[in-house]
Amino acid sequence: MSEQTIAETELAQDEEQSSHVSVQVLTFLLDDEVYGVDIRQIQEVLEYRKVTRVPRSQPFLLGVINLRGKVVPVLDLRRLFDMTLAEITVNTCIVIIDILLDGEKVSIGILTDAVREVVELPVSEISAPPRIGSRVNNRFINGMGKHEGDFIVILDVQKVMADEEFNAMLDVVSDEALADEEGDSSDNSGHD
Amino acid sequence: MIAPLETFQIEAREHLVNLEAALLELEEQPEESEAIDTAFRAIHTIKGAAGMFGFQQLTDFAHHLETALDKLRQGKLDVSKTFIEIFLDAGDLMAEMLEDTEFSAGQTISSEKLLERLYQIAPEDDPRKSLIQAPEVQGEPASEEAIYRVRFKPDRDSFKNGFDAMPVLRELTSLGTAEVICKHENLPAFNQLEPQASYLSWELLLVTEASKDTLMDAFMFVADEWQIQVDEIDIHDTDEDADKLGELLVARGNVAKQALDEALGEKPAIGSLLKEQGVVQEEEVKAALKEQQLTRKVKAKKQAGKSQATVRVPAEKLDSLMNLVGELVIVQARLNQVSDAVNNDDIEGIAEELELLTTQMRDETFGIRMMPIGSTFGRFRRLVRDLSSELGKSIQLDTQGADTELDKVVLDKLADPLIHLIRNSIDHGIEPTEDRLALGKTPTGNILLSASHADSQVVITIKDDGRGLNKDKIKAKAIEKQLITSKDQLTDEQIHQLIFEPGFSTAAKVSDISGRGVGMDVVKRSIMELGGKLSIDSAVGEGTELTIRLPMTLAIIEGLMVAVGTEYYVLPLNNVEECIELTQSNTHAKTRRRIVELRGQQIPYLSLREWFEVPGDEPPIQQVVITHSGSERFGFCVDEVVGQYQTVIKRLGKLYEGVSGFSGATILGDGSVAMILDPVALIDSVSSSEFGENTTQPIRMQS
Repeated sequence: MSEQTIAETELAQDEEQSSHVSVQVLTFLLDDEVYGVDIRQIQEVLEYRKVTRVPRSQPFLLGVINLRGKVVPVLDLRRLFDMTLAEITVNTCIVIIDILLDGEKVSIGILTDAVREVVELPVSEISAPPRIGSRVNNRFINGMGKHEGDFIVILDVQKVMADEEFNAMLDVVSDEALADEEGDSSDNSGHD
Repeated sequence: MIAPLETFQIEAREHLVNLEAALLELEEQPEESEAIDTAFRAIHTIKGAAGMFGFQQLTDFAHHLETALDKLRQGKLDVSKTFIEIFLDAGDLMAEMLEDTEFSAGQTISSEKLLERLYQIAPEDDPRKSLIQAPEVQGEPASEEAIYRVRFKPDRDSFKNGFDAMPVLRELTSLGTAEVICKHENLPAFNQLEPQASYLSWELLLVTEASKDTLMDAFMFVADEWQIQVDEIDIHDTDEDADKLGELLVARGNVAKQALDEALGEKPAIGSLLKEQGVVQEEEVKAALKEQQLTRKVKAKKQAGKSQATVRVPAEKLDSLMNLVGELVIVQARLNQVSDAVNNDDIEGIAEELELLTTQMRDETFGIRMMPIGSTFGRFRRLVRDLSSELGKSIQLDTQGADTELDKVVLDKLADPLIHLIRNSIDHGIEPTEDRLALGKTPTGNILLSASHADSQVVITIKDDGRGLNKDKIKAKAIEKQLITSKDQLTDEQIHQLIFEPGFSTAAKVSDISGRGVGMDVVKRSIMELGGKLSIDSAVGEGTELTIRLPMTLAIIEGLMVAVGTEYYVLPLNNVEECIELTQSNTHAKTRRRIVELRGQQIPYLSLREWFEVPGDEPPIQQVVITHSGSERFGFCVDEVVGQYQTVIKRLGKLYEGVSGFSGATILGDGSVAMILDPVALIDSVSSSEFGENTTQPIRMQS
């Protein structure tokens, strides 16, 4: 218990310190734009491997892969952000990100067109997400950085996962099934 | 590592469970002295441990209980219903008290109220003494005084672990007249001093009437970690002076000469006392030494035996062990594949041998997680007791197969559904005593809770001899609730199953215990989540029997691997009946369910290719895997049946919680992932999307 609290405080301190200096961001390409994720969230980068699809799930959930014995879901950001779909190429990578989901640490893969590099961005040069003009919903963006002439959209995957709309989409399937069931048994109001 | 405080709480809770079991046993057999002992031990241990961790109020409370129990043990009190009731309540209160060291006023009041009740039946006589004159001392002449030399040295981490020396010293000094010497020769230089470590040791000379065992009791919770030595100094042999004793002590290497001089010099009282009474001849000491050696040996043996008996392991460690074994099983499957392919005798031999070991290891590991179901029976007994007295019914709970083992995870999740079902039997099933007598039944209702193994399943039944299910009433109710229409032709079993529908409740009155109709559907769902099945059998006037069938473990299943296009799926083998070739398909049906004929019987089947929208064309010959769930049979049409496959179930995680039809995923020999199908859920989701008007799901899938 106490260890965890210590770890958390350290993390918080880390965040505080780095926010005064700079952030290291792994950059990757998605539909010809440069995106970045804080490397502290990133567990590893995998070459594309066969993703086993889970039939009848949301399209942006690409499927699952085997990561050293763990079954890890892979997100297709192009579908999530309504971009045009692309073929899998030799450059396609799966970036494994650790996030907290309902207090539980889970790994999630995100499909990227290509992984570029780790860049260090001074915090002072990261600007707030633009109100308009971004293809990705503002809610999922931590900020915009600039590196060697490229704009980097810094994503917050944790925010994506915590997003209500996103979760509502996940629940759609089960809700429908439930609604159907109720309709089936000629609407009883017994769900109290 | 688990924090000591947590360990204490866990252990104390276990003791409370033992206490409850003992009390319930006592209620049935008041003469059972073993049960009294168990109860006494539980309270005594909690009291002592609570003291060490600063749960002062709990200690005081437990002390009073202990006193009363002791009277019971000595036969000064009789077991009465009130007595058992008070103690059951006390157990509940202690469980509450365990949660925090700061006691709420409410707890204080309820503890005082309980004690008041207790003293009405067991008048308190001299509260403090009764503890000290614990039964061990009984029978010994009170005037018999002895001198003990008690030496103890806490282990280095003692303070860090929350064990202070002060409570021990306090307890020891309360037993008689004591001289305490604190030894600090191990204290390092100041700059090397670790503030949290314990460097000190103590020596006590204790004049007391208490027995050695009582002294040792003070060390009950640190006996394993601390260096402890308690010797009785023989005071009956006179004629020797303190110097001789000093020599002896020094010779025995127990005490540095200086420490002895210190003791003698600074504490003239004890020195002169020893001198006056004279101390210990050499032979006596030798004898004592031998005796001591012997007892040490015996003790060491005992302790060795103790540590062999049980080891407390955090559940996460077991989980990760399970995962590793799961990995091993997968690697084993891969090795088998490779060895089949290369056709090399040596490799084949190794693969076979490894397979043998892997299987053994898997079984052993699973065995570790298995817990006897009897560990939960205790609380059901309490439930029956409390509820039946509340409702004024007389009910007897019998249990069978307490040693039937189940995966701990399953067992934990099973407790609530079982409680619900038993409550239901008590509330709705068993009639009040008068009604029973009028019906010519025994006045006491009977509930039988039994567990047994059948094949790879665990079967749990709850059987009562109550009024049974009234089919007409259920039907009427179901029609009223619009669960069925009056035209529906239902079999008895289907009617019985109606009580598991959401929103169904047959009891005319809503009681505290059950009858809100929220219970049974939840029960059914949670049992289905465990991969189990719930069936019901009932005869009006004779009783109801509920049967729960559960898989023994949730982690590994035997599966049948099938292929559809380039995708692989696994069906749980215990659902599979047979596989047949699809010769003619009923293409007229508009629904996704189609019909295949098997030995004259028409069985609906689902095309996985279609439902899962697998790309590609159907092969000329398809296979149908016939599965069953209860008495219902249905088929799954696949391209190819690959073969039997032992699978480790991996959870899909939160992102896929909304997707039904899969019980998880597994990792194949080549490292890729295959989905494990849940046939029942799959069929349910198909039929619900057929009847629901908005089948938006497939449309969205195509986008």
